[in-house]
Amino acid sequence: MGSEYAIEAEGLRRTYRTRTGWLKPRRSEVEAVRGIDLTVRRGELFGLLGPNGAGKTTTIKMLNTLLIPTAGTARICGFDVVTRTREVRRRIGYVFGGDRGLYDRLSGLDNLRYFAELYGVPPHQQKSAIAELLDLVGLTGREHERVEGYSRGMRQRLHIARGLLHDPDVLFLDEPSIGVDPVAARELRRTVGNLAANGTTVLLTTHYMAEADELCDRIAVIADGRLQALGTPAELRSHADGRRVVEVEAYGVPDSAIAALRGLPGVRETAVEERGTLQLLTVQSDAHLDVQGDVLRELAGVRLGRVASREPTLEDAYVAIVNAA
Amino acid sequence: MRTLLIGTLMHAKHMSRSPFEVSLALVIPVVQATMAVHLFRAGQEPHRLLEAAVGAGLMGVWSSVLFGSGGAIQNQRWQGTLEMIIMAPRRPVTVLLPITAATAITGTYAMLATLLWGRLLYGIPLDLARPYAFLAATLACVAGLGMFGLLLASTFVLLRNANALANPLEYPIWLLSGMLVPISVLPSWTVPIAAVLPTTWGARAVREATVGGPVWPSIGICLAIGTGCLLLGAYCLTSFERRARAAATLALS
Ligand SMILES: Nc1ncnc2c1ncn2[C@@H]1O[C@H](COP(=O)(O)OP(=O)(O)OP(=O)(O)O)[C@@H](O)[C@H]1O
Ligand SMILES: [Mg+2]
Repeated sequence: MGSEYAIEAEGLRRTYRTRTGWLKPRRSEVEAVRGIDLTVRRGELFGLLGPNGAGKTTTIKMLNTLLIPTAGTARICGFDVVTRTREVRRRIGYVFGGDRGLYDRLSGLDNLRYFAELYGVPPHQQKSAIAELLDLVGLTGREHERVEGYSRGMRQRLHIARGLLHDPDVLFLDEPSIGVDPVAARELRRTVGNLAANGTTVLLTTHYMAEADELCDRIAVIADGRLQALGTPAELRSHADGRRVVEVEAYGVPDSAIAALRGLPGVRETAVEERGTLQLLTVQSDAHLDVQGDVLRELAGVRLGRVASREPTLEDAYVAIVNAA
Repeated sequence: MRTLLIGTLMHAKHMSRSPFEVSLALVIPVVQATMAVHLFRAGQEPHRLLEAAVGAGLMGVWSSVLFGSGGAIQNQRWQGTLEMIIMAPRRPVTVLLPITAATAITGTYAMLATLLWGRLLYGIPLDLARPYAFLAATLACVAGLGMFGLLLASTFVLLRNANALANPLEYPIWLLSGMLVPISVLPSWTVPIAAVLPTTWGARAVREATVGGPVWPSIGICLAIGTGCLLLGAYCLTSFERRARAAATLALS
């Protein structure tokens, strides 16, 4: 087989043209992906991270033949995604998050049977392949029920079984773990890890940093349709080297206080995460400066919870990379 | 072939479980039988009742294929399954023909149900001139419509608002193919259009089988045109699939 790389992309770009209004159509263009170069080795587990709207799904859809790139080329196992579509499709699986993409009024088993046939699984192997996958995703015993009665996580698992039916060489997983409970998510990570260990190339997008950190051999961070960083999780973490993180739980922090935190000497990044009534402030600073005292002074008068100072994680590095973009 | 059969079976199963489609399928034949009866009672032509009922049934088949192939593809776009089936390493025809075939089969049911209701509610006698030919004609009509549906389906793959296109097509085809009234009463400019529609020949075959006439030539023409539609549809699908990938219309977002 042709290439030593499972996925190769050179200068991939994609523009969406949208038209709104019938009588007076207004055209607008969105540059979703603006030049992405990547190579993924066979058997590698590659993560694609980035904020909402960064262009991750668009990139995946160009690689899995659902979208034709506006510019640039891509190859899967050495086959061009535009000119050798059939060859590419034979070798790839695609799973996306959410509860769409299945026939709701058919049973889980019928869904798999239909897709097995469609994806060219030889008839005599279909039965055993389906049984094996149902077992793998833990749906054995529920396969005769209609999908409309499945929970979110069950649908997601059925989706994954569907993606694996024809034993693809390259698997695209677009946020496979949304809506999956923590225990099932751990199972899922193990399944994905095993697949990669057995030689399947996996391209994964996720918003869970811990998941990416645990699973991925290499990670690319994209924002605004461009590659911002690429490397092993350890290499990416080094983007936050020489920093220290202060985390503060607070209630009702005014915007002015957050702006003031940004202006403190030595502060590199600030992020606010809303968790119900609680706000989690993360302040990254140069490691040799202790900003904790300054931070607390700026927050005087605000009701505070736990305050902690810690080493930066992959997530902090990610925030630094994305904010720099 | 196996793929086509399994696909048709699964899609028919999926459609037959939609409460919306099921209630439509229950109500429409009754309405159509009633319509047929009253149109022709009023016209003092009781001997044409059966013919009218058959015509009404054919209208049901057409509506089912039209909305079926348009609606089914639009539904799949909603469900997110359109991308999944297009991504299969198959020719687009192999993937989509089962959908239109399934809708044509649902449509046949509408036709038979119309006749049955006509019999039960209004006592329309079911004395078909040539029962076996009637069966053959019905099958040919369904096959022809399924293949014609594929041609329509190919455009629905490309267009994101396929439904908008389907609606205005319903009545003209009823009329043009002579399902509702004989073609002879339509203006002459419609004749060439009607002559190339497989629905015209299918409807004619079914009518000939009902009231007597040379059924087989019409069946032959219906199937031949249907096959033409299939080939053209297959070609269009391949090119439209590519254009849909360029225009990003396979998914909603
Ligand atoms: N079909 C479409 N038509 C027009 N614009 C689109 C379309 N699909 C995506 N976009 C735009 O392209 C950009 C990139 O979208 P994309 O779905 O690739 O992001 P993403 O990285 O997958 O985000 P998320 O994390 O939310 O899934 C966004 O600005 C989005 O609005
Ligand atoms: Mg996405």
